[in-house]
Amino acid sequence: MTTVDLGDRFGGDGVQWGAILKDAGMAALVALVLTLLLFGVRLSDGGGGGLQFRPWWVVIAVASVFAGRGAVALWIGTRKPASAAALPWFDRALARLSQHKRLLFAGFFLAVAILPLLPVADRRMVDLATLVMIYVMLGWGLNIVVGLAGLLDLGYVAFYAVGAYSYTLLAIHFDLSFWACLPLAGAIAALFGVLLGFPVLRLRGDYLAIVTLGFGEMVRIILINWSDLTGGSEGITGIAVPTFFGLRFTPTPAAGETAFHQFFAIPFAGIHKLIFLYYIILVLALLTHLFSERMRGLPLGRAWEALREDEIASRSLGLNPVLVKLSAFGIGAMFAGFAGSFFATRQGFINPSSFTFIESAIILAIVVLGGMGSQVGVICAAMVLILLPELARDFAEFRMLLFGGAMVAIMVWRPRGLLAHRVPSVRLGPEPPGARRGGPP
Amino acid sequence: MSALGQPDAMVPAMLEVAHLSMHFEGITAIDDVSFSARRGEITGIIGPNGAGKTTVFNCITGFYRPSVGRIALDHEGGRFLLERMEGFRIARDAGVARTFQNIRLFPRMTVLENLLVAQHVKLMRASVFSIAGLLGLRRFREAEAAAIEVARGWLDRLGLLMAADREAGTLPHGQQRKIEIARAMCSEPKLLCLDEPAAGLNPRETAELNKLLLDIREDYGVGILLIEHDMAVVMGISDRIIVLDHGAKISDGTPGEVRNDPAVIRAYLGEEDDPPAPSVPGPPPGGGRP
Repeated sequence: MTTVDLGDRFGGDGVQWGAILKDAGMAALVALVLTLLLFGVRLSDGGGGGLQFRPWWVVIAVASVFAGRGAVALWIGTRKPASAAALPWFDRALARLSQHKRLLFAGFFLAVAILPLLPVADRRMVDLATLVMIYVMLGWGLNIVVGLAGLLDLGYVAFYAVGAYSYTLLAIHFDLSFWACLPLAGAIAALFGVLLGFPVLRLRGDYLAIVTLGFGEMVRIILINWSDLTGGSEGITGIAVPTFFGLRFTPTPAAGETAFHQFFAIPFAGIHKLIFLYYIILVLALLTHLFSERMRGLPLGRAWEALREDEIASRSLGLNPVLVKLSAFGIGAMFAGFAGSFFATRQGFINPSSFTFIESAIILAIVVLGGMGSQVGVICAAMVLILLPELARDFAEFRMLLFGGAMVAIMVWRPRGLLAHRVPSVRLGPEPPGARRGGPP
Repeated sequence: MSALGQPDAMVPAMLEVAHLSMHFEGITAIDDVSFSARRGEITGIIGPNGAGKTTVFNCITGFYRPSVGRIALDHEGGRFLLERMEGFRIARDAGVARTFQNIRLFPRMTVLENLLVAQHVKLMRASVFSIAGLLGLRRFREAEAAAIEVARGWLDRLGLLMAADREAGTLPHGQQRKIEIARAMCSEPKLLCLDEPAAGLNPRETAELNKLLLDIREDYGVGILLIEHDMAVVMGISDRIIVLDHGAKISDGTPGEVRNDPAVIRAYLGEEDDPPAPSVPGPPPGGGRP
């Protein structure tokens, strides 16, 4: 741990004043270089366009950096050496919680299941919960590619876009229902996943990340420029909402048609549609979860993990790397396609600006912060990363700052993600007490 | 099996390596090497560092495509020309399994999972592209239970049952070596290629390894190719030994023959000396080759 090393440098036997002063001095020097022009010189507003010098600004900045850095070093030097484990109390709390994991998961699942029916649930809350659920599903889908197969994919949003546009175009041009389009959109997205997989079969790590990033941008730019089909940057509007067994959610049903509220003889309320959408995404997300948990115990899922761990050893055991990689890309993309269909139907309109790189980055952040391969971690990370910015709308300008701060904090204290524990897919002996499992969300 | 590995004309060779050469951008790593190996025998490959032993292995197991030469494997599954096959097919179809000089277990997976990945081909077939597996059909569940039994059998044999559910990367070096051999055997090979299995083992572990390899030869009738620097292992258990030096084969015969071959003594100890060859010191294990 770096903190321990620093502790030795500044503390050890008594406080090392020399080291602390030197460290603070270096920081102050950097601050001087940085602020000399940034703070110290200013173009004057007056007509002449001359320069204004503000030496005091620089002095204050450098002095505060010196004092701040010195204080931090002093604090590191005088405190007790940190334990090597990152946030031990966090692990202890997790261990305690996991003793009651079945109860916890059951309770959480129940809460999620009845959330929209609670009296406190208003439109905004249900809508927000739906949004979080979309990202949870995307996170679980990407987890197959990144967490299990270890293929760093920075263009995951491309498949989300393919799913959304496939659904929309199929629904509009062929007049197919949501339920008929959903599997088709998933299949088309999976096809694109395999398509992307082929050229990147030989790439790993950074190189793979770059190519997938490019792929994501390609898809977005094609969507913008192929205006005949996709409506360009205007997008497509008027996407139908799925029906509840043929019952539409509308206050004014067409002649001879029964709307949802009429069938159940309740007054019309806009929230019915939202609640319905919430349950659709809940089911889709659960499907993703159950599928990937199940896959982990199957030979293909184990092959994904083996490939992540050591590709050469996998090949020496007869695993076909082409098949293993393409299946991971394809299946991961399929779930993004499902999520994309849902996104399109929920929004009612789509345009390429919903599928920018930042979306890929957020989904990847959810997977990485949650702990690669951890299903529960994805839920936690999605709640933090999606709910926080939505709830803190007033701080919208600082959204990225919060985001970056959270990332840095996690990487410092839990470098392998919030819940980094890997649960074996199969056991010979009994499960040790207190072991955590990725149960139902 | 022929006594002391005396070439037995009646038993045909399983692996025939003929005129194998491998060039890397002008450097000749292997130069016209020919040898054969039989099933039910342990064939040792020795030679000073840089002699080309691991390159021979990489050619046989498909990690390199040889520049010249033929590598033919014959067994009841058919005849395979390994120099033309992709690496994973050599493992899957031709039945060649290998271990690595620097252990390559799947470190974050448990020992049991490692042994199950080795049975991938069989399980994948039973899971019918994962569909039978997803549905939890009996056909798949039975195949998986059988695979777990195979793994349990190997762990029992190695005395590592207690480690089954531990992450492979957390185990001591000696145990990882054994598990890597067990993993290779779980893929039901016809030919087992071991790249310095005794590297980094203490004398007790080395003795256990010897016994394990002899048992494997006895019980499974596989052919074993063994690269090793530890002379106690090679001389003790090999039926035949092939000696490479600077990419060329310089000797081929029983341990007794090889030990007294002047060419071998020269290669290891230089021209001037005439010391007792059996104590030929191996270069330190885990040398710098990839």
